[in-house]
Amino acid sequence: MAKILMKGNEAIGAAAIKAGCKFFFGYPITPQNELPEYMARELGKAGGTFLQAESEVAAINMVYGAAGSGARVMTSSSSPGIALKQEGISYIAGAELPCVIVNIVRGGPGLGGIQPAQSDYYQSTRGGGNGDYKLVVYAPANLQEAVDLVMEAFDVADYYRNPVMVLGDGMIGQMMEPIEFREPKKRELPPKDWATTGTEGKRKPNIINSLRLDPAELEKLNQKIQAKYREIEKNEVRYEMYNIENAEIVFAAYGTTSRIVKNAIEMLKQEGINAGLIRPITLWPFPHKAFDEIPETAKAILTVEMSCGQMIDDVKIANNGRLPVGFYGRSGGMIPSPQEIVNKAKEMLGGAK
Amino acid sequence: MVNERIICAGFGGQGVMSMGQLLAYAGMIEGKNVSWLPSYGPEMRGGTANCNVTVSDTPIGSPIIDHNATAAIVMNLPSLIKFEKELEKDGILLINSSLIEKKAERDDVKAYYVPANEIAVEIGNGKVANMVMLGAYIELTKVVKVETVIEALKKVFGPSKAHLIPLNEKALERGAEEVRG
Repeated sequence: MAKILMKGNEAIGAAAIKAGCKFFFGYPITPQNELPEYMARELGKAGGTFLQAESEVAAINMVYGAAGSGARVMTSSSSPGIALKQEGISYIAGAELPCVIVNIVRGGPGLGGIQPAQSDYYQSTRGGGNGDYKLVVYAPANLQEAVDLVMEAFDVADYYRNPVMVLGDGMIGQMMEPIEFREPKKRELPPKDWATTGTEGKRKPNIINSLRLDPAELEKLNQKIQAKYREIEKNEVRYEMYNIENAEIVFAAYGTTSRIVKNAIEMLKQEGINAGLIRPITLWPFPHKAFDEIPETAKAILTVEMSCGQMIDDVKIANNGRLPVGFYGRSGGMIPSPQEIVNKAKEMLGGAK
Repeated sequence: MVNERIICAGFGGQGVMSMGQLLAYAGMIEGKNVSWLPSYGPEMRGGTANCNVTVSDTPIGSPIIDHNATAAIVMNLPSLIKFEKELEKDGILLINSSLIEKKAERDDVKAYYVPANEIAVEIGNGKVANMVMLGAYIELTKVVKVETVIEALKKVFGPSKAHLIPLNEKALERGAEEVRG
């Protein structure tokens, strides 16, 4: 199939429909509005239902309901809207239901601004809601990857019966790049025999619930979903290693920021400094083992984020005290420039020599 | 080797976003790596709009143009003031002289003055001023073929607006003539 030029938000919607998404519930917020707009226009034609809810809280509970009935369902929002959805997300995780949640991140805290940011890393990977739960979190760095990951996200959600988040930012949502739709690798998906589809008097009712008042029963659920998370950590880790061989300094960056870092790597190369990049594609499960592959030549790790420093915690855990870990970040919708990153890298190397 | 980073800027309604999209579209048709990044945010009616377009033979890192534009197409005065400094040395500065009386301040960039609105009106429709500028830009850089832009236009317009193709073709050609040495 020939490539097409699409805006990120629309491409995400198109990928969801290709993946068999039949329901979309959302509430408008910049910079992701083209996504629900696209779904409003296109999902009906694909035999699905688009519904603009009265609030984010309503939207996520509609997702809960549709997921409980076994349908492929998605919602999208941006940072403060995702904050409002956390209760529902925790319920969905507790009820072990599959769904896909898209967060096109904007600057915070609070209502913040509308320009790109990565300050929802904690919210996405640490459980923005209550309880011991995890979301699989994908962080695409370009639109082809966004499309591929959205399509795969539905399979991963169904396979593990767990909500999956696709984390972009205003830039991923707003920009245009060529994309093509490719089938994700085939997974054997179990039948949704747990879904509430009506018994027709032929079977015992299925119950979708996240309330378990018996502590022993609730602990058993926790043990079950934790075992599932260990499986996910074993099977679903994704990352890119870029120019890592003989690197004197290794950057850690994801999404939009990783692209800017690649420019910085080029600039450093021209000054005779060899720099590499570890780019987590799954933020959870975090690619810890990538950091074991950092060569002996490396003197430092520099984490670059559009936040005040969130992923750096995971980088430090993965690094396990081996190398000095530095940080450079911009926040509030400001985007780090390659030159700023180069300067910080040189400062770190100067200090390490 | 092609590695063009272009800023298209003007006020809302001058077609700066679609000019950039067409360029990206044409680059894609020719098998190049492309990205199109719009400015977005609160803006008053008649306020400024701009987009960053990259057309490259190699994979695109950051789609953001940061003081390394190879070209800037400015359709109004605020855009000239804002984006002249984004050009790298020897970059191309295309100024819509119909609306901008000011001259380029830098002497290390190549400035061209194209009366895009006048040309557009002369050939029959003031709205194609953006295509005049795009024609000039493509003539100077040969980043894509003009035929590919027409092909992209046909896809964007669809059959219902096919009658607008000759006008746009003419605008591209007149823009090219304006800067042809």
